Amino acid sequence: MSAQHTPRRAAGTAAALGAALALTSCGGGTDAPVGEPDAPSEPVDLRMTVWTADETQLGLFQSIADDYVEQNPELVSGVTFETIPFEDYTTALTTQLAGGNAPDLAWIFESNAPEFVSSGALVDLRPLLDSTDGYELDDIVPSSLGLWEDGEGLYAYPFSNSPFAMFVNTDQVSAAGQPDPADLVESGDWTFDAARDISAATAEDTGKQGLVVRDFDYQAWENLATVWSGWGAAPWSADGTQCTLAEPEMVDAMTWIHDAAFKDEAMPGPGTTADFFAGDAAMTITQISRASSLDGSFDWDVVPMPAGPAGKQNVIGQAGIGVFAAGEHPDVAADFLAHFTSPENAEQLAAYFPPPRASLLNAETLAAANPSLSEEQLQAVVVEGVEEAVTKPAHKNFAKLSQTVRAELDALWTADADVEAVLTDTCSAIGPLLEE
Amino acid sequence: MATVSAAVRRDWLVGYAMVAPVVLGALAFVVLPLGMVVWYSLHEWNVLAGTFTFAGADNYQRLASDGGLGDALLASLWFSIGLVVLNIALALLLAVLLNQRLPGTTTFRTFFFSPVVVSLVAWTIVWSFLLQADGGINGFLAVLGIDGPNWLRHPTTAMVSVIVVQVFKNVGLNMILFLAALQGVPEELQEAARLDGAGAWRRFRSITLPLISPTILLVSIITIVGSLEVFAQIDVLTGGGPGSSTTVLVYYLYQQAFQFNDFGYASAVAVLLFVIVLVLTLLQWQSRKRWVFHEV
Repeated sequence: MSAQHTPRRAAGTAAALGAALALTSCGGGTDAPVGEPDAPSEPVDLRMTVWTADETQLGLFQSIADDYVEQNPELVSGVTFETIPFEDYTTALTTQLAGGNAPDLAWIFESNAPEFVSSGALVDLRPLLDSTDGYELDDIVPSSLGLWEDGEGLYAYPFSNSPFAMFVNTDQVSAAGQPDPADLVESGDWTFDAARDISAATAEDTGKQGLVVRDFDYQAWENLATVWSGWGAAPWSADGTQCTLAEPEMVDAMTWIHDAAFKDEAMPGPGTTADFFAGDAAMTITQISRASSLDGSFDWDVVPMPAGPAGKQNVIGQAGIGVFAAGEHPDVAADFLAHFTSPENAEQLAAYFPPPRASLLNAETLAAANPSLSEEQLQAVVVEGVEEAVTKPAHKNFAKLSQTVRAELDALWTADADVEAVLTDTCSAIGPLLEE
Repeated sequence: MATVSAAVRRDWLVGYAMVAPVVLGALAFVVLPLGMVVWYSLHEWNVLAGTFTFAGADNYQRLASDGGLGDALLASLWFSIGLVVLNIALALLLAVLLNQRLPGTTTFRTFFFSPVVVSLVAWTIVWSFLLQADGGINGFLAVLGIDGPNWLRHPTTAMVSVIVVQVFKNVGLNMILFLAALQGVPEELQEAARLDGAGAWRRFRSITLPLISPTILLVSIITIVGSLEVFAQIDVLTGGGPGSSTTVLVYYLYQQAFQFNDFGYASAVAVLLFVIVLVLTLLQWQSRKRWVFHEV
């Protein structure tokens, strides 16, 4: 910003801009459902924002899109997949919306789902998907749609339902003389405490790190949902109005995490980076889709999430594809979405993204798509992992909640923190945000 | 003068044509966005819902009651004070030291200036590795038998770290400005003072400092304005944390706009930032008569 321009001049310009701006920046959202598209006067270009930069995944999307273009030359002339990096994805997406440059379709994180669904930014897809021949909307597991529905409307298709699982560096664990987690799963002794003890002992033996909750890094606290779910804890009530961070289950879960990091040295402390896939850690909790990051430089296994005091709770990371009402051709975009996620194409996409379709959620289909995992692993981790799974926390005010909780929890990540007091403070801080 | 000759008019035309690119550029890329920010600040703008409604002074009233903004202003104040004092003191010290005619000074000048031309984000990322709990700095301290703190995870050390990273990045530029000013100080004045029996400190205080005071003014304006605009270092090193200890005004603005999608309120914060920079610059400009030598 340069200081030599006075506010008076700026205000004058603002007045002159008013009319133009009012016309350009207020593309109104609508939740009117879309139907079969009328052929536009000339074929249109569609744009979908995604957060993957993986060439093979983008290649698959493009080949599915090319089929659609071939079948519907009167509707579309091309489909572009625009990669926005994972870390800045939602920020970049909303900036595009603010700039009047909405994509036609976009991937949406589960955490932001309520915000997008309730805002009216997305169009209702249900009537179109219901009436599309061969789409078989009934085949989609109803529980996978929960986050993306508002009343009767369905505002996105949950294309990815990737369970969280525990990856184990079996080279390190066996060298440290620790029990094999797969055996503990077998015997029913696979608990968070067991995982902590094995991790701590292995880390001491290797001089590396123990258990890494991937992408947490003492910032993205919502990733701890994979742990606290084993205690039956949640940050807020199901309807999103009450803070439950100071409830006994959450205090116990957070105390366990705090002790694992600061007392038992089973988890890396703040400011320490450790990449399991580079061989820096004994275990990591992450999504099954990360198996493709393993390059064979060490022996590994993937096992289901351990059980906490409240038993074993499956957690999945979801992502949806929605169609923006503010896009130029929402009806064409929705029609493309129906093609992109049809049963045949969902089977192809299953290579990377466990689909929400009951007919495809079996070890056989998934094994064909995931050569690095055995059918037994897929059965245990994916097929059974999607059942009765919870998702990471989501809220219609998630952006502010996420930031406020992060700032409050910073007080927790010191060796002498009072866990219950910090969580109580956090509840006081987010109370007004939950009620907004 | 009733008529203007064709030649003079042609001169005008050429003159206007010459300044047109920069004037149009400034209008399009400086004045216009500034005006738009003021316009946005008078509205409630929900990006997702696509609503843009006139809110009058609501966003400005919110500024007064926003506790988070108070914290951000305080963080900005600490950052600016730390940066300006450290940066100017260090730049002046380096400039005086490197103004000596000694072998190797050119090498040192290059050494201290080089961070200025390094990409800001690359520079900050390297520092983020050095400042980690098990990073290079604590590794070095461990050799000396010192147990270093987790620099970026404690409110005080995080703020100090961000300031120091920024000082080292830009001190070279201020050093060069001071060096140029020091070399413009006439040798005969120094010599006359020396003959009168003035010591080194007396000569520095009574001759050098007054003569380089215009540069001190320039450097302090640049540094203060720059300190209020710090963003990338905060984003890379601390993300505004721990807590909100390093959430300076620009970072707060960024959070409001791009994380919370509250563009109307963020625009009001931007207008506030603009006014703060303007007032500070005017104050410094007005005070020049008191302490800048050439203005007396």
